[in-house]
Amino acid sequence: MRGLTLAEKILATHRLPDGASAVDPVHAGDLIEVAVDLVLANDITAPIAIREFAALGVAGVFDPESIVLVADHFTPNKDIASAEQASLMRAFAKRHAIRHHYDVGRVGIEHVLLHELGLVVPGEVIVGADSHTCTAGALGAFATGMGSTDIGVAMATGAAWMRVPESIRVELRGAPGEWVGGKDLILETIRRLGVSGATYAALEFGGSALDALSMADRFTIANMAIEAGGKAGLLPADETALAYLDGRTNRAVERIAADEGATYTRTLTINVAAIEPVVALPHLPENVCPVGEVKSTRIDQAVIGSCTNGRIEDLRIAAEILRGRRVHPDVRCIVIPGSPSVQLAAVREGLVETFLDAGAAVSTPTCGPCLGGHMGVLGAGERAVSTTNRNFRGRMGSLDSEVVLAGPAVAAASAIAGRLAHPAEVIS
Amino acid sequence: MTIAGRIWVFGANVDTDAIIPARYLHTSDPAELARHCLEGLDEGFAGHVEAGDLIVGGENFGCGSSREHAPLAIQASGVACVIAVGFARIFYRNAINLGLPIVVCPDLPLSEARSGQAWTVDLERGRVRNDALGTETPFEPFPPFMMALLRAGGLTAYTRGRIAAGDLPRRRTKR
Repeated sequence: MRGLTLAEKILATHRLPDGASAVDPVHAGDLIEVAVDLVLANDITAPIAIREFAALGVAGVFDPESIVLVADHFTPNKDIASAEQASLMRAFAKRHAIRHHYDVGRVGIEHVLLHELGLVVPGEVIVGADSHTCTAGALGAFATGMGSTDIGVAMATGAAWMRVPESIRVELRGAPGEWVGGKDLILETIRRLGVSGATYAALEFGGSALDALSMADRFTIANMAIEAGGKAGLLPADETALAYLDGRTNRAVERIAADEGATYTRTLTINVAAIEPVVALPHLPENVCPVGEVKSTRIDQAVIGSCTNGRIEDLRIAAEILRGRRVHPDVRCIVIPGSPSVQLAAVREGLVETFLDAGAAVSTPTCGPCLGGHMGVLGAGERAVSTTNRNFRGRMGSLDSEVVLAGPAVAAASAIAGRLAHPAEVIS
Repeated sequence: MTIAGRIWVFGANVDTDAIIPARYLHTSDPAELARHCLEGLDEGFAGHVEAGDLIVGGENFGCGSSREHAPLAIQASGVACVIAVGFARIFYRNAINLGLPIVVCPDLPLSEARSGQAWTVDLERGRVRNDALGTETPFEPFPPFMMALLRAGGLTAYTRGRIAAGDLPRRRTKR
């Protein structure tokens, strides 16, 4: 018997026997129906999911404990229409006794919050009406983004149809250098694969470099699998993952890894030690180059946060660079902790004081500017460096604005320099 | 299922922010979304698209966010089918779930496509025909399951049918 990829292994254990096209589940390419362990939606995608759920005419959700509703995109409500969408989701949560409904004051960005709360364990299948649901793959779960109709149906049935994906292996070798983090590794991966290089496929990360990567780095890596078109971004659940989950869940937590001899359509080997801090230039996440090559590029705004880089480790890196320095007078620097607990830790560790001293603004957790929602929308002719995940034309506001993607070290250094900068330029 | 219509041509990597910018995501009203459809790429599209028109695109159509508002906006604009060299996975899935026909045609002769041409798509036979030039390109037809979803009018209607037939794997698991 041949070995299984992580994706095949997890989906095989979740295949429903009476699916619409029940066939041997362990082969890439099969269309199967799977039982899902967690169903996720947010204030933008839940309203349509709720409408579709209602159209099914079922009495209740399949399991109130397995549904998570997170009001993170346009909250605190940015306008009347957004308030009404959040209100609709709130009412649905109440009606169906959905305990995992997170609202202002308790809400974090879903892909930061979910894992902090221990709602995902290795080997599970997670579906979410948000493309960055793939973040949970960092814990060895098969997590994938879907649309609202899929989620409306999954809330009713606890199931989803899926094509078992082929897998692309990304071997990360060596140890990352100074100021190089998960963001640089995933941007380099996307540069090599292209924005559609992993379409329909699962990206499976492995290799000796994993040992040196924190969970924060791993979440960042899994998070942007979708930016190469990936259906999922999977990492093995090893000692680091188990240590992260310790104390966060009462459920059984077991290691999971791909089998020896699993079949991959392609293997990409990346020598991590050779990577420098990088940026992705407008208007595609694949336009990646070392930040040192584009140092004269002026910026108007720096955003540090998001589901990609809004964890406490990210804020610590930014604070290390901003401590005792000042944000450039022509730059608005906006720091957005990914969750209330990240924000509280940032307060307790003195990071918030560091940011405010430096002349940065610190916001409540929200997706906000990442998708041009609020809290830092760009006008025509403006350019932002951002630790977010997409730099499509108009993503952060005006069609005539630009977004440069970077990790927290480059974003913080650039905020000080007023232009794209290597962290070593401002630290030395 | 054969679909014939006038085409609108777009390039590669048409992202969901271009199809429907996030500033309109505070609504899920299809008619309102249609008013801003593809506004990031062609401001004239929403005002001039007619019921039954087709969209032709390059690689990676619909990349980016999972927002179903994107295929919903296209569907509500009256577009009858989207034909592209390739689609981003979530967009592809969303379109089928909504009952919006969508065709992956890797050999699509995009360089011969001009907005305004009449094209015909035969979903069962797997043929895209450029009626203006008389050229035809084959594509892999949908597997039976996806064809069943489309015929039912999307995933919700399909699932409703399964519920009525008592054919649902109703799981009652407690975490």
